[in-house]
Amino acid sequence: MSEISNQLENLSYKAQQIANEASQLASSVAETSGGHSDFIIFGITVLVLACFVGYYVVWSVTPALHSPLMGVTNAISSVIIVGALLAAGPVDSNISKYFGLVAVTLAAVNIFGGFVVTNRMLSMFKKKQ
Amino acid sequence: MSTLTTAAYLVSSVLFILSLRGLSHPSTARRGNFLGILGMTIAIVTTLSNPGVLSYKEIGIAFLIGGLIGTSIAVKIQMTALPQLVAAFHSLVGLAAVFVAASAYYNPSAFNIGAVGSIPMGSLIEMSIGTAIGAVTFTGSIIAFGKLQGFVSGNPLVFKGQHFINLLLGLGIIALIVKFCIDQNQELFWLIVFASFVIGVLLIVPIGGADMPVIVSMLNSYSGWAAAGIGFTLSNNLLIITGALVGSSGAILSYIMCKGMNRSFLNVLLGGFGGEQAASAGGVKDDRQAKQGNAADAAFMMKNSKTIIIVPGYGMAVAQAQHALREMGDLLKAAGAEVRYAIHPVAGRMPGHMNVLLAEANVPYDEVLELDEINRDFSETDVAFVIGANDVTNPAAKTDKTSAIYGMPILDVENAGQVFFVKRGMASGYAGVQNELFFRDNTLMLFGDAKKVCEDIIKGLEN
Repeated sequence: MSEISNQLENLSYKAQQIANEASQLASSVAETSGGHSDFIIFGITVLVLACFVGYYVVWSVTPALHSPLMGVTNAISSVIIVGALLAAGPVDSNISKYFGLVAVTLAAVNIFGGFVVTNRMLSMFKKKQ
Repeated sequence: MSTLTTAAYLVSSVLFILSLRGLSHPSTARRGNFLGILGMTIAIVTTLSNPGVLSYKEIGIAFLIGGLIGTSIAVKIQMTALPQLVAAFHSLVGLAAVFVAASAYYNPSAFNIGAVGSIPMGSLIEMSIGTAIGAVTFTGSIIAFGKLQGFVSGNPLVFKGQHFINLLLGLGIIALIVKFCIDQNQELFWLIVFASFVIGVLLIVPIGGADMPVIVSMLNSYSGWAAAGIGFTLSNNLLIITGALVGSSGAILSYIMCKGMNRSFLNVLLGGFGGEQAASAGGVKDDRQAKQGNAADAAFMMKNSKTIIIVPGYGMAVAQAQHALREMGDLLKAAGAEVRYAIHPVAGRMPGHMNVLLAEANVPYDEVLELDEINRDFSETDVAFVIGANDVTNPAAKTDKTSAIYGMPILDVENAGQVFFVKRGMASGYAGVQNELFFRDNTLMLFGDAKKVCEDIIKGLEN
């Protein structure tokens, strides 16, 4: 009886080890793939909800300010610079990094250009004195 | 991505939403723009603190060069040239998206999406869609820029089989994307880029100059979707949210512009509308005589009017007449008249173009009204002063079912006691339709350059 109980204990110990390894493996897989397969559906959820937010926010913009709206949206769409910075980030020089640096420059033109021109437009809108 | 990073990106997203929200009124708009700048700063600083980002020197130089170029252009640009500036800026977002995707393809580990040759399928799909949209945005915006700037003819360029070629190219791009997702071949990646460049050009060339407000809005929308596509590749919610905001903003603006012309989006996209062809088709009733007046008559009559509505259009922008026009308005106000401005949704070459030009000339924004707000008032108005607008005042849009502009909402200037119509000559407008208004009893044509006419009227008012 004690033998069987010993074996059982051994077995349960091994099972626990395997379970531990499995969970480690799972988490390392999740790390290497960035949890990507999960992200797609999560990302789509965010996208759809953000479209609704965009819909209601943009309809509330007064038609008189539609040009500044284009200026601001143009500037904030350059948030793509986040990707450009990650691409340009590594120390070692390769084609990928150069692409990143070009993208940083292009996005920077847009960010500064977009916000400055919008500010210029908005500073002209004045109320009746 | 650490929790702190995610939280910082969330703050940026919220700031971007609030920044658009600020534009609901001119009094809160500048704060809105500031919130946008704040959001962008947070996004950039957060990304720079990412452990994978180390080459601060190169990044700093690239950022500085871009920032200097952007700022100097934005400071110098004339307000009349805004539409082409916006088109040019859209092209840069598109190109940046292509470069980011290319970079992700050649060094996927920087983006946490596997290694070269073994990028997961999902990432490949997102990457190639982001690339294709970015590339279409790039060349499409360049053509739109060329048309607005006058480098490329504003006339629609139409040839036989155009839409068939576009369809084939579109299907070709989809096939390339499928093949690319399976093979991960670098030639295929660049083929997708190239084919998208070509379709971007082909999509915009058949579209006429005055349809550009729709196109500029549409490209604005595309640049957003390109950013969202890259957001999926990076698993980054900030890019997805911002992309969706910009994407829906551009889509709504396109919709408003289309509605302002009573045309479907597809009808605009298929192109071929307006330009010289249409103009020659419309010249049937040219034998009638329009009454012609001069600046002195106009000055005299307006001086004795109580209510005046000014209807500006693209012609005012071309002639840079907004300052002279405002001066004329000031003199009339000093003489005791109520002066207001009526803006049609599609006046100018981009949404809200006229409002910006009038604001530039120091016209207070509460004197500038939209079609719905002011249209009923024309019947109680002494004088309607139309300067550089044409099709948007044509009563045929309401009565003539055969007209190309039938059903388009118009400003009812015909109901005013007296209409002055400032125009270079008798040529028909963009839609190629003769304006019925020219031959009405209460219409007086003032031929000449818009700015010159305003200056002459100012002289008449001062005497």
